[in-house]
Amino acid sequence: MELVEAIILSVLAASTPLLIAATGELVTERSGVLNLGVEGMMIMGAACGFAGAWLSGSILVGALCGIVAGTLMSLIFALMALGLAVNQVATGLALTILGVGLSGLIGAGFVGERITPATHLYIPGLTDVPLIGHVLFGQDAFVYLSIALIIGVWWFLYRTRPGLILRACGDNHVSAHALGYPVLRIRTLAVMFGGACAGLAGAYLPLAYTPFFIPGMTAGRGWIALALVVFSSWRPGRLVVGAYLFGAVTILQLHAQGWGVGIPSQFMSALPYLATVVVLVLLSRARTGGSTAPAALATVFVPDR
Amino acid sequence: MQLVLEKRAERSSTIALVSPLIAIGLTIATMVILFAILGKNPLLALDAYFIAPLTDGYSLQEIAVKATPLIMIAIGLSLCYLANAWNIGAEGQFLIGAVAGSWIAVKTQGTDAGAWVLPAMLLLAAAAGALYALIPAICKVKFGASEILTSLMLVYVAELFLDYLVRGPWRDPHGFNFPTTAEFDPVATVPLLIEGGRLHLGSPIALLVVAAAAILLGRTIKGFEIRVVGAAPRAARFGGFNANQLVVLTFAVSGALAGLAGIIEVAGPVGHLQPGISPGYGFTAIIVAFLGRLNPVGILIAGLFLALTFIGGEQAQIAMKIPLDVTKVFQGILLFYVLACDSLILYRFRLVFSNRQVARGAG
Repeated sequence: MELVEAIILSVLAASTPLLIAATGELVTERSGVLNLGVEGMMIMGAACGFAGAWLSGSILVGALCGIVAGTLMSLIFALMALGLAVNQVATGLALTILGVGLSGLIGAGFVGERITPATHLYIPGLTDVPLIGHVLFGQDAFVYLSIALIIGVWWFLYRTRPGLILRACGDNHVSAHALGYPVLRIRTLAVMFGGACAGLAGAYLPLAYTPFFIPGMTAGRGWIALALVVFSSWRPGRLVVGAYLFGAVTILQLHAQGWGVGIPSQFMSALPYLATVVVLVLLSRARTGGSTAPAALATVFVPDR
Repeated sequence: MQLVLEKRAERSSTIALVSPLIAIGLTIATMVILFAILGKNPLLALDAYFIAPLTDGYSLQEIAVKATPLIMIAIGLSLCYLANAWNIGAEGQFLIGAVAGSWIAVKTQGTDAGAWVLPAMLLLAAAAGALYALIPAICKVKFGASEILTSLMLVYVAELFLDYLVRGPWRDPHGFNFPTTAEFDPVATVPLLIEGGRLHLGSPIALLVVAAAAILLGRTIKGFEIRVVGAAPRAARFGGFNANQLVVLTFAVSGALAGLAGIIEVAGPVGHLQPGISPGYGFTAIIVAFLGRLNPVGILIAGLFLALTFIGGEQAQIAMKIPLDVTKVFQGILLFYVLACDSLILYRFRLVFSNRQVARGAG
């Protein structure tokens, strides 16, 4: 029983950064923008988040630094892809290359340092309930935040007028523009939200997942978050399922080593990446009738006034 | 105040030629600011990056050595991008090529095998790179899976596979437990062009690749198809060109070139298989492809320029203790400016100060 609880706890921890980053990207893509720079924004969030927490001694300040770093990165993307109408795929790649370099530069001075990771919630009585106690009432703040975030995004997209307008921009920017909605401004805000989430997701890694920073510690999680958005068919509910499934695959490889499965560790480590490829193929195949992606995704829009 | 883009009636060809130069100028200006922030003398740093490596023979050879894989990979990528196929997993195809070619080198180690070893290694590496690139291409054509994500995921898989081999079955028993194979035999090594130098046979091969790509794109129907499918997909459909077939073809060629670059790097400058054989060649080649305007000759020049930044970065690290990551930042900023300047080819920028002015301008 304790093993089951331990596995659930580690799955939650491994899924949280994926869920946060993918939630941000979901909103960005719903507005019609494909930002492939998630990995770059995440690794900047990790470096700046750790730097902030180490210098201030506060996890909260660290998390805010991560959010600010991710948002600033996304603004560069918005300026290029929306302001200058540059190809979104190429701009996203550039953002990742820049983010990996800058984070190495910023984080170099902090490699080898440690911080006290984010504390876990403890409610006497409730947290001690066997099996579900730690799972429901014993997480760090990021885990609860990630769930609040995805519920908030679901509510925003499907239950509010601004959410409807944002989805309209993603499906048909020409019509949205003709109706008088500021398409580029809405998309910029959506890109910034995606950047803030990616920054927070990156900051989660050194602030709660491991208590230290190493260059390249996002290890492709940003790209997996992008795949998760495809997996979810751009729907928040499925995104939660997908994020926890991927978290489970990540944890499976860690535990498999502990259980003495006779497979080299590198093959187990390759599992999440292989799973992403398989999932993308299966999902895309199931949808050959018509894509569920926002219709205007990744298309350039220059308002003709 | 807002920035307004106006579509040009036709592409500006002057700006198409000048824009990479503007981009390099803007990047250097940005780097001067970055050096100042890092507390380094910007003039000395620029000298270390861009001038010093050009002044001695050893560095010049080293630039050619570094440019070789960049140019080969970028030529392949440019074919993909021209056909609107987004292969961004060249890093993985490079590694798989290196692994496949090394297999022959490892198996024939110390067996007095003949001169067939190196050609066989090059062929196998190219084939393996092509096959590895075909995975995302076929997933896209058959199932509609995003080739961007699948090709990238396979980079991580290739890295882990290489890591497994050199830590496990292929580890050099006399290697003091370092994760590396034994040094390749002379027959499994790319020959040097200058005795005692660094320049090797890979550089002329890269030049051949550039020439072949120039002929393919400029003089053949296939090259024309690639360009039409990328630039005007609808027109290509009316012309009866098969876009899916071109995705498969360009991915295969691109993978083969990346795989070839991988084995040339391992059997040449590195001399054995180990993790970290690539300082991100597959990703830097994306910048090379765009900086070279997806044009073979442009890529040749851009490859040499980015190789210069690698060598300059190493020299700046030794001479001025400038962190090596500055090179990556430089490359990232350069790609941004290249893309931003590309925007100038299609649009004219205008700053507008009030909404009324916008209305009047439109009227």
